[in-house]
Amino acid sequence: MQSELPLFPERASNFAGNVDALFFFLLLVTIFFSGLITFAILYCFLKFRRKSKNEIGVQIDGPAWLETAWIAIPAAISVLLFAWGATIYVNMRRPPKEPLEIYVIAKQWMWKLQQPDGRREINELHIPVGRDIMLTMASEDVIHDFFVPAFRVKADVVPGRSTAMWFRATRTGRYHFFCAQYCGTNHAVMGGWVTVMSPAEYEAWVSGSYGELSPVAAGEKFFTQLACNTCHTGAPQARGPALKGLYGSTVVLEGGQTVIASDAYLRESILQPRAKIVAGYQPVMPTFQGLVSEEQVLDLIAYIKSLTTAQGGTVTHPPAAPGAAPATAPPEKKTP
Amino acid sequence: MAVHRTGNLVGHFHDMEQQNEASSLGMWVFLITEVMFFGGIFLTYTINRSMYPFAFAEASRELDVTLGAINTAVLILSSLTMALAVRAAQVGKRKHLIIFLIATIALGSAFLGVKTIEYIDKFHHHLIPGNNFHFPTTPQMAALDPNLNAHAQLFFSLYFAMTGLHALHMIIGIGVMLFLLKEAVRGRYTETYHAPVEVSGLYWHFVDIVWIYLFPLLYLIDRHQ
Amino acid sequence: MSTTAPITPAARTLPREHYLNSSYGVRSWLLTTDHKRIGLLYLASITLFFFLGGAFAVMIRIHLLTPQGYLVSPQTYNKLFTMHGIVMIFFFLIPSIPAVLGNFLIPLMIGAKDLAFPRINLLSWYVYNLGALFTLYTIVNGGVDTGWTFYTPFSSMYSNSAVVPAALGIFITGFSSILTGLNFIVTIHTMRAPGLTWFRLPIFVWSHYATSIIMILGTPVIAITLLLVGLERIFHLGFFSPSLGGDPLLFQHLFWFYSHPAVYIMVLPAMGVVSELIPTFARKALFGYRFVAAASLAIAVFGFLVWSHHMFVTGMSVYAALAFSLLSYLVAIPSAIKVFNWTATLYKGSISYQTPMLYALGFIGLFVIGGMTGLFLAALGVDVHVHDTYFVVAHFHYIMVGGAVMGYLGGLHYWWPKISGRMYPETLAKISAIILFVGFNLTFFPQFILGYLGMPRRYHTYPPEFQVLNVMSTAGASVLAVGYLLPMIYLIWSARYGRAAGRNPWPSTGLEWQTDSPPPTENFDKTPVVTWDPYDFHHRPDLDLESAAELPPALPAVRPVGHD
Repeated sequence: MQSELPLFPERASNFAGNVDALFFFLLLVTIFFSGLITFAILYCFLKFRRKSKNEIGVQIDGPAWLETAWIAIPAAISVLLFAWGATIYVNMRRPPKEPLEIYVIAKQWMWKLQQPDGRREINELHIPVGRDIMLTMASEDVIHDFFVPAFRVKADVVPGRSTAMWFRATRTGRYHFFCAQYCGTNHAVMGGWVTVMSPAEYEAWVSGSYGELSPVAAGEKFFTQLACNTCHTGAPQARGPALKGLYGSTVVLEGGQTVIASDAYLRESILQPRAKIVAGYQPVMPTFQGLVSEEQVLDLIAYIKSLTTAQGGTVTHPPAAPGAAPATAPPEKKTP
Repeated sequence: MAVHRTGNLVGHFHDMEQQNEASSLGMWVFLITEVMFFGGIFLTYTINRSMYPFAFAEASRELDVTLGAINTAVLILSSLTMALAVRAAQVGKRKHLIIFLIATIALGSAFLGVKTIEYIDKFHHHLIPGNNFHFPTTPQMAALDPNLNAHAQLFFSLYFAMTGLHALHMIIGIGVMLFLLKEAVRGRYTETYHAPVEVSGLYWHFVDIVWIYLFPLLYLIDRHQ
Repeated sequence: MSTTAPITPAARTLPREHYLNSSYGVRSWLLTTDHKRIGLLYLASITLFFFLGGAFAVMIRIHLLTPQGYLVSPQTYNKLFTMHGIVMIFFFLIPSIPAVLGNFLIPLMIGAKDLAFPRINLLSWYVYNLGALFTLYTIVNGGVDTGWTFYTPFSSMYSNSAVVPAALGIFITGFSSILTGLNFIVTIHTMRAPGLTWFRLPIFVWSHYATSIIMILGTPVIAITLLLVGLERIFHLGFFSPSLGGDPLLFQHLFWFYSHPAVYIMVLPAMGVVSELIPTFARKALFGYRFVAAASLAIAVFGFLVWSHHMFVTGMSVYAALAFSLLSYLVAIPSAIKVFNWTATLYKGSISYQTPMLYALGFIGLFVIGGMTGLFLAALGVDVHVHDTYFVVAHFHYIMVGGAVMGYLGGLHYWWPKISGRMYPETLAKISAIILFVGFNLTFFPQFILGYLGMPRRYHTYPPEFQVLNVMSTAGASVLAVGYLLPMIYLIWSARYGRAAGRNPWPSTGLEWQTDSPPPTENFDKTPVVTWDPYDFHHRPDLDLESAAELPPALPAVRPVGHD
């Protein structure tokens, strides 16, 4: 049960400690400087009261060192704060190795969350403690934002592209999550609970009976339904490039550029195939923009990924460069 | 305070020099805001063009490059007549000033006339964005961009937004020229007082320059790819 | 009424003829090109909008008293905070100091008869009111629910409210801001009195010069952006909506390219006001004058380089986020320079505690908190947590209300004798300044805690554990409301019944105090020649320190019943 007047949020993820440490340091800096200014003002107030009607102040020309000092000291502190904040942020944006992947669809005004094995939840998320969790998110309408205060993480869910966030819960319990980007009438009720369970409890919860396809299985089904397999046969002479072992590998494009096959690349290649043509292939693939739902795109990507891991492909690590992380548009992409 | 005039000097200025400096600087500052205004839409154009290069190239082929080129020539010529009008005002040749102002107005109107022909042509070809928009698509084109219709519509959205804003500036410019003409006929502008002609000239040249950018951006890029 | 004044009656009567009585009638006001009258026209307009925006705020705070929020429906609540934002930002804060005090004072401060383009100045007021009419139309028509940020694709495709009239209102009002900025820049460049070099200009003028740069560079961008949103909404031209092929983040880039610098449009003029108040009431030249002047321009320039710090959680490139975070810290430095120099000015001054000084010191305190909490938001790791929470709400209210509005009220009190020719009631004014300061902190400080706890902004309902802090905030807001109502009442009262102020009641060194209060229509009998540095009390034998010192605490000439 929450207290009546909480003053500080619960701390339940790998990031929370770091964020709070920087927060407290910032608080210290703030208290120091506002204290300093307040003290100086009050001191002058009492000390230099006007004593006679025609008194005027003593003219002081500020020494150059003083001006330099109060430019240099804030500048130095700023650089420190920047570096500290940046370290945490880069960490937040760098996807973990072998995470538990949750697929998230946001729409006005609900969250659909799907476990790796296909189990779906609405406005509820169950995760095991101590495991890296990666959320791959897409929106069906407007911009939303997934925010878990106890984990100190949030990320926008932008229509037309997939975004990602990750964290590792460190304490079991139930924690609020909110939509933090204003999205219309019921923005305030577009939230729910993250339940962090012990690994054993999670296993038991996950193995509860349900009848839905996993994203990989669903992706495989769509792959056939959409006739992707007629070109992407995997044969060397096929009209489309082979997809086995593709995910995470380096792809050579027409014109000699290379690109890492990240989530963003796969997504773009499905929706706008002509954006990047693999060297040696003709631009014949039709776009699937508008033909497949956000959920189906995520399923297809999950399936293509599974072709790499299941085959024990050459590349097992996800792309490591932050610029190529799924959370961002790859640097080659020309959109801002 | 109220605006009192002493001859051509407005009351709150000390002398003509100060007044001329103010009006010229005022126009330059205004043109800076115009650059930022057009800058926003140029940026939108650039980003969309880079997202859909194929559709934009295809769509730009629907524009009439001959009419565009004629209009470019017309506008450059109008800049020349405008410059000559300013010169005529500076040396106090009232008759020349009137002739060149009329020429500028005529050329500006010619530009708008050609633009109207182009717009009507787009209307006949169902290239006005909206429910009736229909971009002629061959199967080969569809294979390269199945959403060609939507992306071509985006091109024409930008085409009408950009050229429409430009045309609006032209119409305002012609209005200003008509005012100058009226005053010139009344003999208001002399060797010592011609700042309104000068600053209006700055505006006119600016609107020209915008077109000098619009023409290649909309008509020429990737046309022969 | 001058007969009851205790000292030198001649100096304590209003001049026989001044800009307020030089002509009468509605026409003489609505067609005026006198910058002083236009300033007062703006004062009337923005005061109306301030209390309109305030009314929305009151409803928001009452609604948030309970977690479920019984007062209004979710849809209505969303419209309330949207209209609160639009009205306060575009129709009060942005025009507040520049259009009222700037308009009134810049020609006086530089020894000119008027702004360079008096008719454009009047036009700007009409343009403002045209935009304001659209905003009122929007309100009558059921309001708009997009948030003042108009994020796409919600605003362009999904909202069922009056987005187009609201955007049109802002679009139109933007041009009044451009015209004001243009006028100020040209005026400051070309109309300065003989001897008034750039480094003899008051910091108020420097600040307005910097503000004008932002107005002319930034405002056209928001204009074209809102135009595109309107086109997308009306004609489905897909500039920003992904379902039509556009890019929603492009909108955010364009929007914040203006709207971040717009924060400096609000706070830079307030900094200018504070830079006038402190030297006057400490009777001492501003410490580090050139640094403060340069810092104003630095803020204007750096302000254009940081817009993407509003987008750290959109999934933008990590490298871009790093660059924008570092640049955001860059803005903190000129702000810090100013704060240190103001504080240092107090040292060995001769300080009196009249109302404008209380506002100035209140400004510094609140601005420091607002500015320092900005560092939290610029720090990438912490921003991810507090982004779009009440922490941000508290932060920008400390800057915009604690900073800009305190500066505006401080300036209004300080120049009220010049504007109206009469003194406001000092004791009452001091009391309301203190009420305002206390009420403000009670309202917004709890919101910092709420934000770090994780309460997102723009929520009409919230988890019950946040209730106590919300109730505290609402209680504070009721105190704050009193602090705003009092000055409006007594300032209006004093314009009629206050005691005549004389030319230079504080006294102060600026040129605006060298002419009558209220000034004559043409400002100065003859063009002044400036031979002194700004804020120099040492070489100004013309300042009557003796008589002025007695003036401010004195009672009004006509005592109202039941007052003081």
